[in-house]
Amino acid sequence: MSERLAISKPVKAACGKTGTWRTFRPVVDREQCNACGLCAMYCPDGCIDDDQNIDLEFCKGCGICANECPKKAIEMVREED
Amino acid sequence: MANIPQEEYIFKTTSACAGCSSSLCLRHILKAAGPDSVLVVPACCTSVIQGIYPNTAFNIPVYNVAFAAAAAVASGMSTALRAAGRKTNVICYAGDGGTVDIGIQALSGALERGTDFLYICYDNEAYSNTGMQRSGGTPLGAATTTTPGGKTEGKKDLDLIVEAHDPPYMATACSAYPIDLYKKVEKALSIEGPTFIHILAPCPPGWRYPADKTVEMGKLAVRTGMWILYEREHGQLSISGPSKNAMRKPLPIEEYLEKQGRFKNIDQRSITVLQQQVERHMARIAREAEGIC
Repeated sequence: MSERLAISKPVKAACGKTGTWRTFRPVVDREQCNACGLCAMYCPDGCIDDDQNIDLEFCKGCGICANECPKKAIEMVREED
Repeated sequence: MANIPQEEYIFKTTSACAGCSSSLCLRHILKAAGPDSVLVVPACCTSVIQGIYPNTAFNIPVYNVAFAAAAAVASGMSTALRAAGRKTNVICYAGDGGTVDIGIQALSGALERGTDFLYICYDNEAYSNTGMQRSGGTPLGAATTTTPGGKTEGKKDLDLIVEAHDPPYMATACSAYPIDLYKKVEKALSIEGPTFIHILAPCPPGWRYPADKTVEMGKLAVRTGMWILYEREHGQLSISGPSKNAMRKPLPIEEYLEKQGRFKNIDQRSITVLQQQVERHMARIAREAEGIC
């Protein structure tokens, strides 16, 4: 029955690796960062984990994390080629 | 932040634009709702960002339905689930076009029938999925592709329409305050009967501002009083923290308008009208919170 219905299955990268959209890459300055977690909370795509590691395979480079960081510890760096 | 669960119910990543408020809201809504939930999504951005068949990024059941039908479908779904003795959360997640224009009769019907569900309208103030056409939710003076000179009519007050149905719980929220949104969704789902949340969701390509300013734009909307965060539980209104602070000394609305390309050509008269509307709205909400009206 389900074969005849249009049912999508949940998978990772259902829309491809969106990291390729990026023109600016977020880089965390560990010296400045106080691990408040605001960047992870505000990331629309949940690409930042508890230890402020950014999943660059999927990060679209919107820059919300850099804009909202109270310590200004995230810098947006242009992607080379 | 400690009480917000770590689980993500959306796999990396949706095809939403960079800096999308809708994705940000949905992440926190699903964290609050948990795995035993069903999303009913009418035509809107959320119905196209899920992925390409046969794949989806959403790890909970989603039912994509026609534009006008969301609340009616949720009514049937909720009744069937309750008849089967299940407590599954039924959540409608619809845009402003699917709520204030096309879906309003279904919403009104479901509220009147007392369906046990949560209706969430994420309001980016236009039909952005199809390329930013004007909707009933577009504010006065905002340029869209169908109102290039700025909209000449005001924004439809959806909250007053919903309030007239006297639901047990209704609230407003904004994507810039995810913790506030999380708590409101949690509370709405704990209450039986129809509940409603109206979220302001700034849209970078539609409102014409850089993608990194999404959260800043939401905060400015609240600080200028263009958007007021409150909740109304069994008729009792309480203003939420961020708006309480903002309403003591609101910023002039120009600070919100000038940062958006859609208000680039707004005239002084429209700004004055908007400012007066904002002041009237704030005064009305403040009076109600004090129990005067």
